[in-house]
Amino acid sequence: MTISVAMTVNGKAVSGKVEARTLLVQFLRENLGMTGTHVGCDTSQCGACVVHVDGQSIKSCTMLAVQAEGAKVMTIEGLAPSAEKLHPMQEAFRDNHALQCGFCTPGMVMSAIDMVKRHNYELDEATVRRELEGNLCRCTGYHNIVKAILAAAPAMKSAGV
Amino acid sequence: MTSATGIGARVLRTEDKRFLTGTGRYVDDLPLARATYAYFLRSPHAHAKIKSIDIAAAEKHPGVVNIFTGKDLVDAKVGGLICGWVVKDKHGDPHKAPPHPVMAVDTVRYVGDTVAMIVANSHDEARDAAEAIKVDYEVLPANVDLARAFDKGVPQVHAEAPGNLIYDWEIGVKADVEAAFAKAAHVTKMDIVNNRLIPNAMEPRAAAAEYDKGTGNYTLWSTSQNPHVLRLILSAFVLGIPEHKLRVIAPDVGGGFGSKIFCYADETMVCWAASRVGRPIKWTAERSESFLTDCHGRDHVTHAELALDKEGKFLALKVETIANMGAYLSTFATAVPTYLYATLLAGQYTTPLIYANVKAAVTNTAPVDAYRGAGRPEATFVVETIVSKAAAELKMDPAELRRKNFIPTTAFPYQTPVALQYDSGNYPPIIDEAMKIADYPGFEARRAEAKARGKLRGIGFSSYIEACGLAPSQVVGSLGAGVGQWESAQIKFNPTGNVQVMTGAHSHGQGHETTFAQLIHDKLGVPMDQIEIVHGDTATTPFGMGTYGSRSLAVGGSAIMKATDKIIAKGKKIAAHLMEADVADVVFENGTFKVAGTDKNVPLAQAVFAAYVPHNYPHAELEPGMDENAFYDPANFVYPSGTQICEVEIDPDTGIVEVIAHTAVDDFGNIINPMIVEGQVHGGIVQGVGQALFEGAVYDKATGQLVSGSFMDYTMPRADNFPSFKLGYKVTPCPHNPLGVKGCGEAGAIAAPAAVMNAVHNALAPIGVKHVEMPATPLNVWQSIQGAQRAAAE
Repeated sequence: MTISVAMTVNGKAVSGKVEARTLLVQFLRENLGMTGTHVGCDTSQCGACVVHVDGQSIKSCTMLAVQAEGAKVMTIEGLAPSAEKLHPMQEAFRDNHALQCGFCTPGMVMSAIDMVKRHNYELDEATVRRELEGNLCRCTGYHNIVKAILAAAPAMKSAGV
Repeated sequence: MTSATGIGARVLRTEDKRFLTGTGRYVDDLPLARATYAYFLRSPHAHAKIKSIDIAAAEKHPGVVNIFTGKDLVDAKVGGLICGWVVKDKHGDPHKAPPHPVMAVDTVRYVGDTVAMIVANSHDEARDAAEAIKVDYEVLPANVDLARAFDKGVPQVHAEAPGNLIYDWEIGVKADVEAAFAKAAHVTKMDIVNNRLIPNAMEPRAAAAEYDKGTGNYTLWSTSQNPHVLRLILSAFVLGIPEHKLRVIAPDVGGGFGSKIFCYADETMVCWAASRVGRPIKWTAERSESFLTDCHGRDHVTHAELALDKEGKFLALKVETIANMGAYLSTFATAVPTYLYATLLAGQYTTPLIYANVKAAVTNTAPVDAYRGAGRPEATFVVETIVSKAAAELKMDPAELRRKNFIPTTAFPYQTPVALQYDSGNYPPIIDEAMKIADYPGFEARRAEAKARGKLRGIGFSSYIEACGLAPSQVVGSLGAGVGQWESAQIKFNPTGNVQVMTGAHSHGQGHETTFAQLIHDKLGVPMDQIEIVHGDTATTPFGMGTYGSRSLAVGGSAIMKATDKIIAKGKKIAAHLMEADVADVVFENGTFKVAGTDKNVPLAQAVFAAYVPHNYPHAELEPGMDENAFYDPANFVYPSGTQICEVEIDPDTGIVEVIAHTAVDDFGNIINPMIVEGQVHGGIVQGVGQALFEGAVYDKATGQLVSGSFMDYTMPRADNFPSFKLGYKVTPCPHNPLGVKGCGEAGAIAAPAAVMNAVHNALAPIGVKHVEMPATPLNVWQSIQGAQRAAAE
């Protein structure tokens, strides 16, 4: 049995037919072909699939597509304001070499933006490390991810994002 | 460095933009029209006879296209998976090589062994149908406990490997070593387990394949670190598809760490079935499957003894190791605990006599093969923990004992007693720098301060040596490798002056698209944005050996340098013709050919254009075009070295070990991009600390079930397990490659476990704890503390 679902993804109205069991991440990747959001595990541990749903960071492998009915979803593909300009968090990841293979990166960036906002742009190293509890990276040793997030917080504040 | 983006510059990565904007293309991202989806039914038992497989009900499931079992492969005469490195045992006989069917036929030998492939219109349909397959298993007792794998009465994994023994291998002369031990003033003994690890690259393994009926060509997309080698194995040994009819593409790959070197059953099946299904097939491992079927790493049981004279000079080292191969021999499994392990047992020291005996066992567990460092972390762990233990027993400073035994800087090239000849090194300044950065002199004050807070503080050293840049071909061939170990490069200029550089290496996080472009920019003066590094496709790149063993820059980068020499040589001839000058007078500087002492000049781009539009051209002497190939087979391995110092604090009430500081000072030779090198070191340290404190693959010894089979059970290192790291560098250029570079990819993981465990032992020694096994989890540490306290009370 298929169910119709409609939502806004990166500011664009989208819809599709899904099974009841279809996960939000499957809907994004398979129905919409938006493969920027990744699947790195099957137990909601790795955080590669983090997106924002109505402004909150969510592991999209842990939410059914039908639960996002009517929601505003933001994915890694929708972050950069233009083809030339990156979001300050994306910029900070690049400037600080906070990614290697790139697989955990979309989830890291989405989690990091949410983290900065929840802490009102004020973060210290210990807080960033604790807050990254739900995101695994096997390449960077986290060192440069932490540096990037600490650098992005004031940049996001001054950019007003 | 010729510019802000040349050799030695901290250049931001070219590849980052696509990864940061969600436009990377990993195997699972490929849009393939009319694709089917594969799901593999895997053995739930560690060891069982397959009495029957009934697929009738599953075939009727909605969406099912095809179901294949091991019998279909037998009927189609598909070969087994191979082990490509022949290790000869101590009698000179080749290792036992039990067959490794792509899918099990009559016996399953580990939990996760492949039993059936279901192809359906969607992943979910394939998965649903798998549940309807009825397999009648006769469960057999399993051989799971490595330390007892050779005991009488233990279940036999393969009839072809009696006693579960794959080889009994040795290096060194035992009698000489025993004689040295007889004269020793002190002998330090140690029993250790090098814990089994699960690689867990963040991108799960995946494969997709398409068959073109018209041409008979296959295309296989795979998460491979070495697509040409994968194609060679599939063509020559397994599927028999001629190499020229099989294209293997490894697009963006999300980390490898060794686990994506090997030829696996799943990708083999996806490729084989593509022509039978007649539609493209996609498969991506679920993380649970990765845990069960990715090749695991490490897994040694070792007894080691170090003999010292009364001044603390090392006289001899002897090592007995049992190494786990798992249920089948994976692609390079046999080489890891022999040529990549025992040859490293000299470490940074002048130990004159070394004997190592390695027995490889088959068990009913997942295959074990190379994982970041591959053999070298295991060797470093043996050497560096026994040296620290000896220092503690002799009440010597661990740095002092190391220094006393370092190979003197004047002694290079240095022939070790275990086959390797170290080309270069300068160890004392490295340990000095590490001690300075780590404030070693201030440690006792910090220990006292921690004690006042009820915490046990410890410090540990690890001075590693690594043989990497896997090569040269003659050497690895004489040791049993089935392949050469050179690397290739092709530099293809386009008429408009931009350039594509095809490399046989493969980047899956290492940043080759940036580092290799820096080489081209530096040597040829081409702007960075005019350079494209192409890798990972057998149809567009020259045959190459891929990326592992910290070899890409030392071997692949050197191949690129060789190709640039050819470009410059040809360009000089063209420029000489255009300038009407003698070739001998033409020099190449900053991207321009010049005649010394004149203002005549021809930019490289002009020479390139003349090569493609050869109207005014030395046709008698030169072919048109600017497209050069090079293959580079080095003279030796490269030998990075370094010292790590770890400082920990342990809470005796909970057993929690906190890493307070971790310092790494490395000698990687010349550095092309320090930013990328630092990133490699950070990641390596975390994997090494992960082994020491968190990670451990646990099989239930009775049933062979993988207990640590998910991220909920297997502790992956997380951001809050670490402080920020402190790094330093010393540079001794490699004397035998054109860049003077060594490898940096594995060093962090090689050195870290011993540094951490030496710190743990240093912290716990005052309360009488003698030994803690890895991983030093809170439970493990707490139990060790309780044991020591009970012993003290008795």
